Amino acid sequence: MENIRTTKGAIRPPQPPGPLKWVRDNLFNNWYNTLLTVVLVPTVLFVLVQSILWVFTKADWRPIIENPMLFAVGQYPRDQLWRVAIGLSGIMFLMGASWGKWGGLLRTISLSFAIVFAFLALLPVQLETLDTDLRIYLGSTVLLIFIGAWLGRLKAVKKAYILIGWAIMPIISIIFLIGFEGVEKIPEVSTTFWGGLLVTFLLSAGGILASFPIGLALALGRRSSLPVVKGFSIAFIETVRGVPLVTILFMFSIILVLLLPADSSLDRLFRAWMAVTFFSAAYTAENIRGGLQAVPIGQIEAAKAVGMNAFQTMLFIVMPQALRAVLPTIVGQFISLFKDTTLVVIVGINDLLGIGRSVINMEPAFLQLDLEVYMFIAAVYWVFSYFMSRASARLETTMGTRTTL
Amino acid sequence: MAKNKADIIISCTDVNKWFDDFHALKGINMEIKRGEVIVIFGPSGSGKSTFIRTLNRLEEHQKGTIIIDGVELGHDVRNIEKIRMETGMVFQQFNLFPHLTVLQNITMAPKWVRKWSSEKAEKVAMELLERVGIPEQAYKFPGQLSGGQQQRVAIARALAMQPTIMLFDEPTSALDPEMIKEVLDVMIQLAKSGMTMIVVTHEMGFARAVADRMFFFDEGQIVESGSPTDIFKRPKQDRTKLFLSQILQH
Repeated sequence: MENIRTTKGAIRPPQPPGPLKWVRDNLFNNWYNTLLTVVLVPTVLFVLVQSILWVFTKADWRPIIENPMLFAVGQYPRDQLWRVAIGLSGIMFLMGASWGKWGGLLRTISLSFAIVFAFLALLPVQLETLDTDLRIYLGSTVLLIFIGAWLGRLKAVKKAYILIGWAIMPIISIIFLIGFEGVEKIPEVSTTFWGGLLVTFLLSAGGILASFPIGLALALGRRSSLPVVKGFSIAFIETVRGVPLVTILFMFSIILVLLLPADSSLDRLFRAWMAVTFFSAAYTAENIRGGLQAVPIGQIEAAKAVGMNAFQTMLFIVMPQALRAVLPTIVGQFISLFKDTTLVVIVGINDLLGIGRSVINMEPAFLQLDLEVYMFIAAVYWVFSYFMSRASARLETTMGTRTTL
Repeated sequence: MAKNKADIIISCTDVNKWFDDFHALKGINMEIKRGEVIVIFGPSGSGKSTFIRTLNRLEEHQKGTIIIDGVELGHDVRNIEKIRMETGMVFQQFNLFPHLTVLQNITMAPKWVRKWSSEKAEKVAMELLERVGIPEQAYKFPGQLSGGQQQRVAIARALAMQPTIMLFDEPTSALDPEMIKEVLDVMIQLAKSGMTMIVVTHEMGFARAVADRMFFFDEGQIVESGSPTDIFKRPKQDRTKLFLSQILQH
């Protein structure tokens, strides 16, 4: 039997194919794949090259270059911009500190912000809108990020301090943004002047933060054995999920005002935020409920058997597992909430998209440049959505190692 | 009252349980003395798991009384919590908390239910891990352990609450054959230490070695009970003989 041979030594794994072989095997292995390759490769290249050429040579970015502040904060009074600046710097400082403490993705995010700010601060082009003051501010914010990172690495700076900072900073920022009626140094700024990225961030971050606890409560309520709580939760979730976000926005911005007593006034932006929050809460609730149902009954029995009460079982055993299971879904939902906030344009709030539309209509020359404006806005949305989805993927892998059963 | 009856730790009188229309337990009577090791066996669907689960109220019995260490199991939540602190349970599927380390699995209940300090809970947990033979696994997650190791952690977790009674619901049924022994060894050692144990199992070697009394369940009733010698050598009921011949054949 000649064919039977024993191999001496270890057998090496088969080598992966070389690039030429890969191309032959995958792109030209039969006549229709060859045809597809021949047609698609030039098409893709053409589109890519043309797009890049358009971005760098043909496109006229004047609407954005001339009005960066409009896109950033809308009509917020220019002499009061330091109030926005304080909020931004505070958050960047905390971001840096979190990077120092936890590292990982926070490092990427902090560095990305630092690079963008540094790039703008050092841009070797003379621009009227990018004056020395602004450049100094951007530069010092970059410094703040790195000071934060250095502080975050210190043992003495406890995780709790940074978390408390994250809890307090948004509140301080909002108070600064609103200001106080009759105070000369910090006069009240009506939300009608707020706009651009500032509003987009406030609505989506605020919506995400507030909708999570409400969604959690609704998810638990829906599983409750108390008929009133259960009934209310189901009614709320199903009603909100049954109508589009636009409807809820209209409800809150128009109908709610009619229902409230005449002398009461609820801020426009606040009402939009409520609408976004309730809308998101209903979806969060259903996602969390899915996670709760995915926790095996044996886990609850084991917790009961060691004497834990219902609350402890929920808090220590069920919730951590449920939230871990649905985290990617929830982040995905928050990404879509972030993009959905563009709908507030309909009720007259100037978020990033709203500002873009008014910039186009600002000068006759800009009317031709709507493509540039929309491309810029799309790019901004893409960058933030991309980071959120990367964050979710990162969380999944770090948590995934622990949940394998 | 508990004092003069100190030798009886579990007393079940006419325990009945229905799942909708299905009569799962039909009038179970059982008295167990402190320190006794009880083995319950029987075909699947005979109600043995249901019965052991009524003892810490994972299943509710609808008729009859269950008194554990002088406390009656009823609808009073405080009684239920008291009894659950007194009884530890080990499940067929281990049911370890997958998101917590081995050490956290064991210290969770002592810290939050018994209100021990972290130091005390961790000290006790490490002693227990020593006792079940896997102290080196303390900082791993359950998913990183073998089935036998997981079940030993589950036993340590139940013991950490310092229960007076241990309930085992088919603790070796989900294990690969080579891992059964390591779990049984821990259980035998526990039995010899004087713990009151109620074990639902088909491990007849274990029963022969440490059981004081055995109960044969079928169709929700106790068909026969007695010492291992009685059951193995002189079974009275035909149903018992048949079942034993089936499981002892191989």
